[in-house]
Amino acid sequence: MDLTDQFPIVQLVDGEGKQREENSHVTVENAKRFYEHMAFSRLFDQKAVNLQRQGRIGTYAPFEGQEASQIGSALALEDGDWMFPTYRDHAATAAFGHSLENIFLYWKGCIEGCVPPPGKHIFPPSVPIASQILHATGTAWAEKKKGSDRVSLVYFGDGATSEGDFHEGLNFASVFQIPVVFLNQNNGYAISVPLERQMNSKTIAQKSLAYDMPGVRVDGNDVFAVYNETMKAVERARRGCGPTLIEAVTWRYGAHTTTDEPSKYRDQSESDRRRERDDPISRIERFLRANDAWDPEWEIKVKADSEKRLNEAVSEMEKTHKSDETLMFDHVFGTEVWPVQEQKERFFHEGSEKA
Amino acid sequence: MSIAVNMKKMTMVQAITEALKVMLEEDASTLVIGEDVGRNGGVFRATDGLFELFGDDRVIDTPLAESGLIGTSIGLAMNGFKPVVEIQFLGFIYPGFNQLITHATRIRTRTQSRYTVPLTIRVPYGAGVRAPEIHSDSTEALFTHIPGLKVVVPSTPHDAKGMLISSIKDPDPVLFLEPMKMYRSGKGDVPTGSYTIPLGKAYRRRKGEDVSIFAWGAMVRIAEKAAETAAKNGIECDVIDLRTLYPLDKEMIAESVQKTGRAVIIHEAPSSGGVGSEVITIINDTSFLYMKAPIKKVTGYDTPVPLFTLEDDYLPDEKKVVRAIEETVRF
Ligand SMILES: Cc1ncc(C[n+]2csc(CCOP(=O)(O)OP(=O)(O)O)c2C)c(N)n1
Repeated sequence: MDLTDQFPIVQLVDGEGKQREENSHVTVENAKRFYEHMAFSRLFDQKAVNLQRQGRIGTYAPFEGQEASQIGSALALEDGDWMFPTYRDHAATAAFGHSLENIFLYWKGCIEGCVPPPGKHIFPPSVPIASQILHATGTAWAEKKKGSDRVSLVYFGDGATSEGDFHEGLNFASVFQIPVVFLNQNNGYAISVPLERQMNSKTIAQKSLAYDMPGVRVDGNDVFAVYNETMKAVERARRGCGPTLIEAVTWRYGAHTTTDEPSKYRDQSESDRRRERDDPISRIERFLRANDAWDPEWEIKVKADSEKRLNEAVSEMEKTHKSDETLMFDHVFGTEVWPVQEQKERFFHEGSEKA
Repeated sequence: MSIAVNMKKMTMVQAITEALKVMLEEDASTLVIGEDVGRNGGVFRATDGLFELFGDDRVIDTPLAESGLIGTSIGLAMNGFKPVVEIQFLGFIYPGFNQLITHATRIRTRTQSRYTVPLTIRVPYGAGVRAPEIHSDSTEALFTHIPGLKVVVPSTPHDAKGMLISSIKDPDPVLFLEPMKMYRSGKGDVPTGSYTIPLGKAYRRRKGEDVSIFAWGAMVRIAEKAAETAAKNGIECDVIDLRTLYPLDKEMIAESVQKTGRAVIIHEAPSSGGVGSEVITIINDTSFLYMKAPIKKVTGYDTPVPLFTLEDDYLPDEKKVVRAIEETVRF
């Protein structure tokens, strides 16, 4: 059954930068705000890939091409809301206020990088696919039980929808009408496996039907549309009207991770074509130009400011050569247990013998 | 063991690909199933080229679902096929753990052998390659504790090929753990064609009279290096590569410690509840009165495997093993 007609791709601003529909969020002011975050994210991503190549961080998962999906959704959240990212969602976590230094430290192999700034509910990237969907559902359930209007937003890929955890999370959220936003980034591939092998259904949004919750398919490269749909979902959740499934249709331009070789399984010229035609950042530029609001000097300033912030974060990151060894032992339990304690003592005793 | 004449130098990953190729050619019921095992050839390239040779019917990319992978493979195995499932990393097998522990390993008993599950699950595991979070665990003991499951860990290209073929031919479920650190750490002589190495048999990597060292996977290399160092100080180690963790090779363990009277066990898994404790049980049951010193374990800690800047601190290394060897000798 082809349900693509029932779940059309929602768009507010098209690839040419033309506004397709009246909407209060489509403003020059928003465009500039989105642009600043997305241009910054792009530079972050490129910086991280370069750091990996130079051996200054470990394996890294780039998100280039997915900036609109991540920024448009992250900016719909408020303080006190919960964010559950995957290993590919640093544009989102940075926009929601994560420490850049910590994001870099995580990829450098330092556990400190998992810790969000005080007061920010940003979870460490979830590595086991789809597992975080349940935690987002649970934290949002807790907010509901406490009578607050805070919500959770969880990111996951197209591949994640094949795991049981995805279906269990949606079902719990539906049964208990939990204030959670399920934000799927459909980037076409789970490593090498294309969507057509991942599922026989044509859309991910339609999976919402089975759980009787609102589902929407949005142009994931249209930051205005992603923002608008996420705002609607978040507001619904805050009002006590339960969960929403959002499918942001996008594309990753680069490799799955820095150890992946995409030409093994797909024609990379397809990525180049899409970048040419449909880059989410160029789209905002085109929109601003169409509205006589593009200022090349502002662009230069945005990029220079971004570079500066990034370079500062990298210098901070590089002050840590490796994590302190105590971190391995000190947070296994809240109260000491003898095996860990004995092992820790032996570790430091033998270490000092070596010296 | 069938006689194979020609030898070829290859890495462990290549030897694994060879084993899969042999079985896909030899037995039409063999299937290779997993995430990214097809066109991509697996994230470690362990199935490289097989999709092109055998096609989508036999080398199958599946949806991203480990319960689905193991659960449907149980069905395939009960109904005439020999699935060889690849789980991408050991840290990601757990969605399928339920299928493994409550079904794959019990169906023979529950149906009194009317139905059987000739299923092989291949899984890269272990630390030491600067992998991201959750990619470096050694949780073999969770699996050796499951009745009805054989657990195999080769440490050389030669063993990897012969033991994988044996695992696929085995009539019951086998968990085949592949130490990532050894995948490309060197080439070894591997016979061309088909050959098997029996499961449940350990292998003596070095002969010595003073201390027995037991290890598996990437720790075998550490054991060998420590044994070389100890030899310079006049201590001769008997290095035993256990190779199969269930069932353990009781005879070789007993024979070795009855000769040396001392034992050091190395594993990168956490200390508590590890397979090392099972080796100690065997020594206790077979050789208690032969022992001249308490048995030493050199292991990981009872902590999650740290992110990679600390993984060298976490892992047993040559120094820690040499120290343990000397302590047992000095006791
Ligand atoms: C449970 C589990 N199985 C397998 C993996 C290995 N793995 C890492 S990323 C990935 C593909 C994920 O694809 P998708 O959900 O579409 O997200 P994307 O990486 O495209 O953002 C796989 C199979 C994993 N991390 N967790």
